[in-house]
Amino acid sequence: MGTLREAMERVRSFFQKRQRDSELDAEMAAHLELATEENLRRGMSADEARRQAMIRFGGVTQAKEQQREARGLPWLDVLLQDVRFTFRTLGRDRGFTLIAVIILGLGIGANITVFSVVNTILLRPLPFPNPQQLVRILTKDPKGGESSMTYSTDATQEFQRLNRSFASVSGYFAFSGPDNLKLSSGGQPMPVTGLDVGGNFFETLGVEPSLGRLFTAEECLHNSRPVVLLSHAFWKRQYRGDPGIVGQAIDLNKTPVTVIGVLPASFDFGSVFSPGFKADMYGPVIYDDIRDEGNTMALIGRLKPGVSLAEAQAEADLLFPVLHVNVKHPEYGGGYSGKLLRLKDYVSGKLRRSLIVLWCAVGMILLIVCVNLSNLLLARGAARSKEFAMRTALGAGRGRLVRQLLTESLMLSLAGALFGLGLAFAITAYLAHQGSIALPLLSSVRIDGAALAWTVVVAVAAAVFFGLAPSLKISSSNLQEALKDSGHGSSGGKRHEGLRSALIVSEIALACVLLVGAGLLLRSFLRILEVDLGFEPSRAASIALDYDDKGDAAKRSAIWQEVLRRTQAIPGVEAVGISDNLPMSRNRSWGIQVKGKNYRPGELQDTFVYIVSPGYLKAVGMHLSQGRDISWDDLDKKEGVVIINETVARSLWPGQDPIGRLAVAGGMDVRVIGVVADVHESSVEGDPGWQMYLSGAASQFGPEGAQLVVRSKVLPESLASSVMSTLRQINPAQPAVEFRPIQRLVDHVVSPRRFFVLLVGVFAALGLILASLGIYGVISYSVTQRTQEIGIRMALGASQARVQVGVIGKTLLLASIGIATGTLASFMIANLIASLLFGTPARDGGTFLSMILLLLLVSLLAGYIPARRASRIHPMIALRNS
Amino acid sequence: MGESKLDLLQGTLDVMVLQTLLTMGAMHGYGIARRIEQVSGDEILLNQGTIYASLVRLQQRGWISAEWGTSDHNRKAKYYSITRSGRKQLAEDAAHWQRLTRVMGRVLSMPVEGDL
Repeated sequence: MGTLREAMERVRSFFQKRQRDSELDAEMAAHLELATEENLRRGMSADEARRQAMIRFGGVTQAKEQQREARGLPWLDVLLQDVRFTFRTLGRDRGFTLIAVIILGLGIGANITVFSVVNTILLRPLPFPNPQQLVRILTKDPKGGESSMTYSTDATQEFQRLNRSFASVSGYFAFSGPDNLKLSSGGQPMPVTGLDVGGNFFETLGVEPSLGRLFTAEECLHNSRPVVLLSHAFWKRQYRGDPGIVGQAIDLNKTPVTVIGVLPASFDFGSVFSPGFKADMYGPVIYDDIRDEGNTMALIGRLKPGVSLAEAQAEADLLFPVLHVNVKHPEYGGGYSGKLLRLKDYVSGKLRRSLIVLWCAVGMILLIVCVNLSNLLLARGAARSKEFAMRTALGAGRGRLVRQLLTESLMLSLAGALFGLGLAFAITAYLAHQGSIALPLLSSVRIDGAALAWTVVVAVAAAVFFGLAPSLKISSSNLQEALKDSGHGSSGGKRHEGLRSALIVSEIALACVLLVGAGLLLRSFLRILEVDLGFEPSRAASIALDYDDKGDAAKRSAIWQEVLRRTQAIPGVEAVGISDNLPMSRNRSWGIQVKGKNYRPGELQDTFVYIVSPGYLKAVGMHLSQGRDISWDDLDKKEGVVIINETVARSLWPGQDPIGRLAVAGGMDVRVIGVVADVHESSVEGDPGWQMYLSGAASQFGPEGAQLVVRSKVLPESLASSVMSTLRQINPAQPAVEFRPIQRLVDHVVSPRRFFVLLVGVFAALGLILASLGIYGVISYSVTQRTQEIGIRMALGASQARVQVGVIGKTLLLASIGIATGTLASFMIANLIASLLFGTPARDGGTFLSMILLLLLVSLLAGYIPARRASRIHPMIALRNS
Repeated sequence: MGESKLDLLQGTLDVMVLQTLLTMGAMHGYGIARRIEQVSGDEILLNQGTIYASLVRLQQRGWISAEWGTSDHNRKAKYYSITRSGRKQLAEDAAHWQRLTRVMGRVLSMPVEGDL
């Protein structure tokens, strides 16, 4: 009770300083007068009475000070005093302040940015209620792309019925590509992206619509009234956020579809399940409609409360092997497996290591920044040694000086943090709008409370880290020596030189580690760009083709031929072709096997399938290694044609010529007419899988959509308008979809790596610059300190070259120690990032050597500038300059 | 005098001030200081000015209250008086001090081993 009251009183007194002081003055004056009067009554003389009263009272100033301490907040007074003083000193030294704040801002800004990314992707729970219950169900050993990670409708429904671990199981149709629907609202039809999800998909995730309602059970049945839910972004963009759209019908693919609701802004399907994919609207999966399409559903589930992942996994291990592709045809088998992965791990698991590396790199940057700042402060401290000596002489204790210096560090650090926060705001805002970087959840990267808290932690830690050593060092200096050291001797600078050199060495070592790490990652990235993809993405672009063949293959063939003939005629076009699927975009797989042969389970692989037109292989830049391309005349209804990749040829007909052999592909008899080089169909880093190419003109295989691929002699973008106008002439309903460079598909796949390499590279460059600044600072400072010494030497006959060699030698010594330490550390750290490397050994000699040389060169340059200055010192001027 | 004056232990001045106010009623700072000097028989070393830190501390803890008033000789001065919670606090402190003195007295009057 008393303490709380006292604390409040102290705060009150703190704010009423003036009033309390004047009251105290009055009280003390009264005291002295009362005492004087009493003394007078005792018979003292007036002077003596006053003198005695003063003696008995004691020191007036001390008494006042004591009273102030007893009533107010003395520590806050000291702090405010320090802050005011810091403003004055830093204001006087603007250059130093500016450099310190910029360096700190860069370091802290980089840290906040990376923290925000790490926090969003790795630390923050997924934006769903009870996200720890959410599970992604995958195949245990997926080889054939999406298809081998998906389940048939029957398997999905059987699992929903049989399992006891999940509160609900749902999924989404895994093979929706972008711009797969046409929205007509007067005018030109507009391409939009729709995604079909299980009727209970949003309930499973725990997503509530912000307007309207979710799907009903009836709406998931065959022949039900079609309905959609709009994504929040699409609703804002297309309908300007008009709530009246709910309940209205929109025209999708010439069918009226009722909008039943709008999803909340916080729900972004792509950022969780498929980075880079933007769904505009969601319809219900009608299970009966896709029952015969094989494996189409990507599954998720929500565990019942209290059920552990291991328990659910144990159940899945029993259930999945007995599920059927098609319940009516048990002979089709199933062969499913189910690996349960927490949704969070599915989303960010693969990125964990990269993000941690990034976090470490940015931490190292902060260390380098701190070391640099320490050095700057030491140099400044040396210049201010007389000021501190004077204050000590006037009675300041060491603690008070350290506190003052730490306050200065803290103020610098906070100013840097403010600047860094600004940088981080800009960078995260930029990143959040980078749809082209295939990182999950990136769109929700922002500076939130956690990031702000982290900023404060980083700023304070940095301030203590870079401020403590210099302030202890400075405040411990010998008073007498400092006051005496008036510029004649060389001792003043030498005092801190040991510490400063140690700081430089550690700075170079850190920069070395960063450079080597970045070098290894960069080399891996270059290796990836060098990979022969099996096709040539440059100078090719694709556009989604719209036509209505009414399911008739002959009609389709006629349309395709017309489109290819007319687009081929466009000036600048080198080759054209059509495929329903492109490499490195959505993928789908069927099976292929030698006709008449029985296979053991696991012997065959899911095979990526592309339904193409003649000329597609050439247009996309693939290499036919044997046989011929598909022609328009391969129309035999009983026996189709197939082109396989080398991996399939090797696996099905090892050591034999596959051309002319009969196979079964997608349930149809086909004859092998050609073999193409393997194409990296889903990633650059992984090995190519089994691939086959079937004719879209033949009646056996219906393509799902069509992409026109145009290879040009010039930049593909320049052909966009002429291609579009040609397509419009053929089909006025052709929607205005984008003419996408094929390169973008590759860029999308490698974008996470590009993102990491870019960031680590920037950090390494920053580290290099900071380290070189540090070297320059120390060497330059020591040259300044030794101006007279150098002058004397030169007067005694030392040549310019000799002086230069001396200074550079010192630089070289520091750099060598730093690089040796750094190389050692890099060896250890390289092993930790080995799993992030591609085609580059963790101890890649070339990378190590080139980075070490680079660092050495930059260090030498940083040392050369002051060395040059040293050698230009004129003995007379140097000697006179005292 | 021969003997040097007693240095005041931390906190003792607060108790003396409270006790003085309890017995004497409302007093100004000078009066309190004088009273303590007299009662202690001039045995403690007290710079009178130090009493003001003690007074403001006691006041902010709510153990004494203060009011400007006029002295016998028509001089304006700040008068302090003990509050209810001040009396309670004093009772506690006094008990504590008396216990401490008793214990110290017993310890110090311990006979030297072998004297018996």
